[in-house]
Amino acid sequence: MFELIAQHPIPAALVALGGLAIIFGAVLGFAAIKFKVEGDPIVEQIDSLLPQTQCGQCGYPGCRPYAEAIANGDTINKCPPGGQTTINAIADLLDVEAPTLDEEHGEESDTRTVAYIREDECIGCTKCIQACPVDAILGAAKQMHTVIVSECTGCDLCVEPCPVDCIDMLPVEKGLADWKWNLPPSAEEQIKALRHGDIIASDQDSGDQAA
Amino acid sequence: MRKVWDLIGGVHPPENKHQSVQDSIGTLPLPEKLVIPLNQHIGAPPKLLVSAGDKVLKGQALAEPKGMVSVGVHAPTSGHISDISDYPIPHPSGMSARCVTLIPDGKDEWIEHKGTDNFRDKKPEELLEIIRSSGITGLGGAGFPSAVKLSARQPISTLIINATECEPYITADDMLMQERPEAVVEGIKILSYILGEPDEILIGIEDNKPKAYEALEPHLEGTNIELVEFTTRYPSGGEKQLIQILTGKEVPNGGLPADIGIVCQNVGTTHAIQRAIVHGEPLISRVTTVTGKACSTNRNYQTLIGTPISHLLEHNGFDQNQCSRLVMGGPMMGFTLDNPDIPVIKTTNCILAPTEDELPTPPPAQPCIRCGMCAEACPASLLPQQLFWYAQSQNYERLEAHSLFDCIECGACSYVCPSNIPLVQYYRASKGEIRKLAAEKVNADRARQRFEFQKARKEKEEAAKAAKREARKKAAEQARAKAAENATASTEDSPGATSTTAKSSVADDIIKAAMARAEAKKASPEEQRAKLERGVVRAESHLETVEQRLQALDSGATDKQREQAQAAIEDARLRLEDAKSKLQANTESKPDKAKEVMAKVQASPKEALEKKIATLKDRINVTEEKIAEAEDDALKVALQKGLEKQQEKLRDAEQQLTDAPTKSTTASTKTEDAAATAIANAQAKAAAQASMSDEEKLRASITSLQARLKKAQERLVAAEEEGSEHIDALRTGAEKLQAKLTSAETELSELS
Repeated sequence: MFELIAQHPIPAALVALGGLAIIFGAVLGFAAIKFKVEGDPIVEQIDSLLPQTQCGQCGYPGCRPYAEAIANGDTINKCPPGGQTTINAIADLLDVEAPTLDEEHGEESDTRTVAYIREDECIGCTKCIQACPVDAILGAAKQMHTVIVSECTGCDLCVEPCPVDCIDMLPVEKGLADWKWNLPPSAEEQIKALRHGDIIASDQDSGDQAA
Repeated sequence: MRKVWDLIGGVHPPENKHQSVQDSIGTLPLPEKLVIPLNQHIGAPPKLLVSAGDKVLKGQALAEPKGMVSVGVHAPTSGHISDISDYPIPHPSGMSARCVTLIPDGKDEWIEHKGTDNFRDKKPEELLEIIRSSGITGLGGAGFPSAVKLSARQPISTLIINATECEPYITADDMLMQERPEAVVEGIKILSYILGEPDEILIGIEDNKPKAYEALEPHLEGTNIELVEFTTRYPSGGEKQLIQILTGKEVPNGGLPADIGIVCQNVGTTHAIQRAIVHGEPLISRVTTVTGKACSTNRNYQTLIGTPISHLLEHNGFDQNQCSRLVMGGPMMGFTLDNPDIPVIKTTNCILAPTEDELPTPPPAQPCIRCGMCAEACPASLLPQQLFWYAQSQNYERLEAHSLFDCIECGACSYVCPSNIPLVQYYRASKGEIRKLAAEKVNADRARQRFEFQKARKEKEEAAKAAKREARKKAAEQARAKAAENATASTEDSPGATSTTAKSSVADDIIKAAMARAEAKKASPEEQRAKLERGVVRAESHLETVEQRLQALDSGATDKQREQAQAAIEDARLRLEDAKSKLQANTESKPDKAKEVMAKVQASPKEALEKKIATLKDRINVTEEKIAEAEDDALKVALQKGLEKQQEKLRDAEQQLTDAPTKSTTASTKTEDAAATAIANAQAKAAAQASMSDEEKLRASITSLQARLKKAQERLVAAEEEGSEHIDALRTGAEKLQAKLTSAETELSELS
């Protein structure tokens, strides 16, 4: 065997390389099928960062279409409900510089709101139900409608279609369960809060500058 | 002597325990009122059982547990419920929560209650139920329902009783063990029985409580309970730390002690369980340390749950001027209270009223110098300075990677920090933020799911409609093809038929024709038409056969036969004509009508209007002709009137046509997705608002409000004319809009 190889080095090398090529080809081919990536994973990742209010303020009919648009090169600062946090997260993911929110699409608000229907005024027209992107409004024709508050994303889309103007966007009440500790004040704030006698001269200067 | 492991890290702050152990556990006179928060534990709030004005007896349940992780609360003394509403509760947020206010009647009258003489007569499940309904939670700190902790599914090999009480100043457990060792030991036996007699029962105690050690020791003779003493070092009393000191085992990240076969209970809790099971008394009081230099007496008290802290302080010579701040819990992990009227709850082990010298206000934080002392002090082997860095930059991913959630918030790192950085507060804030983000993520995922489900549902509905249309089209085509086939078949068959077959075919034809008629009623216009065509063809062939028969008869037939044949021919001819006329009528009317309807449906409003105008013009022409022809004056007048009306209609229609371009667009968008319209509107609004000043915004909102108001009023008028049932709703809607408009206008006038 060894002699045969030694006598025919070139054909032996060709056979060996060919064999390796076949083996690796088979492995790679198998891997390509087995670990096939379904769809565009970047769209999934962007979509998971968006706030899923489905409000359409970005100009796309829902968060996923906007995620697809971002993947295709649209700007990332069109989402007012997500605000700067979302923009930063997407910028981080795509490794681009984080722009500020495009005010053309609305303003970021600190308080989360949800829709409430003033139920005695509702005439049962079902217009808000058709407008709700997450099926968070219950009701039937000529029956009173109501919002499932826990499912409402506060997207605002039901307010406009209401013919009797009976939908309010009310801020979500914050209870003990939502309470959390705040970060301690920064050094600048602390120095600002101090009386002048308490700090040494060099700090006093920087404190004045900070103020 | 048992091997004791060392606490990792830890600090040794001044203990300050001697002040409050000089005297025995005291009792206080009843306060004027007791404020009992409903939710004093971790878990679901209990269900309220009483209402304002009710008379209650001592130990009566005020609320019962609701759900698995929940416990009830009980009346600490007899009296009446004056009020059930929100009051400030002991919580670092200083927020209010639902509380029951009880005005004691001074009789301190117990509700009927009965203990168990021998707890071994009852099943562990029954004992757990007693613990649950007696409102017992962990008295050490967190307040987790004890019954839940004791009903672990995992097999338990070690029961640990936490008698460490490592935090400075607090001596509640120490005094409890000194004064009631037999009750504590009996409580341990009950716990051991509930847990199925674990192999090891350990009491972990620090070496700064020799009196408690001495008190407990004689009661442990003849039992398998082992009293383990170890060096005083903060925070050896943390559950995970104590387990590590006593057994050398580490509770896995994110796991519970039960995962490694260990259950840990506080001494105070053990005592409360003994009271509940042996005496039938629910948890209505606890031992609380009142200490600090701002109080002249430092002592432990058997305090009723709900006692205002101000009441405790009053009886201990509290001096408001000396007190720097009021702390619930110890100096390391406690929190500052803003309001001394806050009540004592099940987890209140200490009220600390220190002077400024005793517990100085922390000086401002300096920058981190990376000295690493915090990492040495951390009992959870974390990297506090690294966590601090990430907390400052809000890098939550890295914080979690550095096991932020293993932090027990003991405060050892802040204690040793030479830069006085309030490290624990950074970790607490970050933990809160991470939890909030996680909750938002859950909500977002659910919203996504619902949105995607709705999209899928709408697509499915659309597909089903399309499939239906397709099926209908196919059926029509098939029917047409079948009709054509039938027609050719019948024309081919009949000429060659003999008279006998012709006869039978006549009979067949009649039956078939009847069936066809019956079916024609059900069938679609196309099918009807096809059937009629077939009828014509059949009638033709019948006529032919009859004529053939007549010719065949000619040679040798009688007159009578000839007459009969002639009649048959006549009959067949009549039938053919009839069929033909029917077909004519069908082809003229039915398809045209159907087409018209289709055209109407498909046509845009504009086209429909144009058509309407055309027909109206036709009708006017006809009427004019009629007028010209008419001779009678009365008839003329009537026709004239009709003409006028028609002309009016025509004008209307033409008017509408000129309006149509705008209207047709709104109509078409209306039929589209309502959501899409709303999105478009909102977007336009947002885009417009972005470049506006406040005043402009206000003006824009006023104009939009005016437009909406006008629309609403129009709607209202229309509804009034129709006598709609929604008039009231529409009216209130319009009124509201009016109010909004006026307020916006006043705002604008204020601005400008």
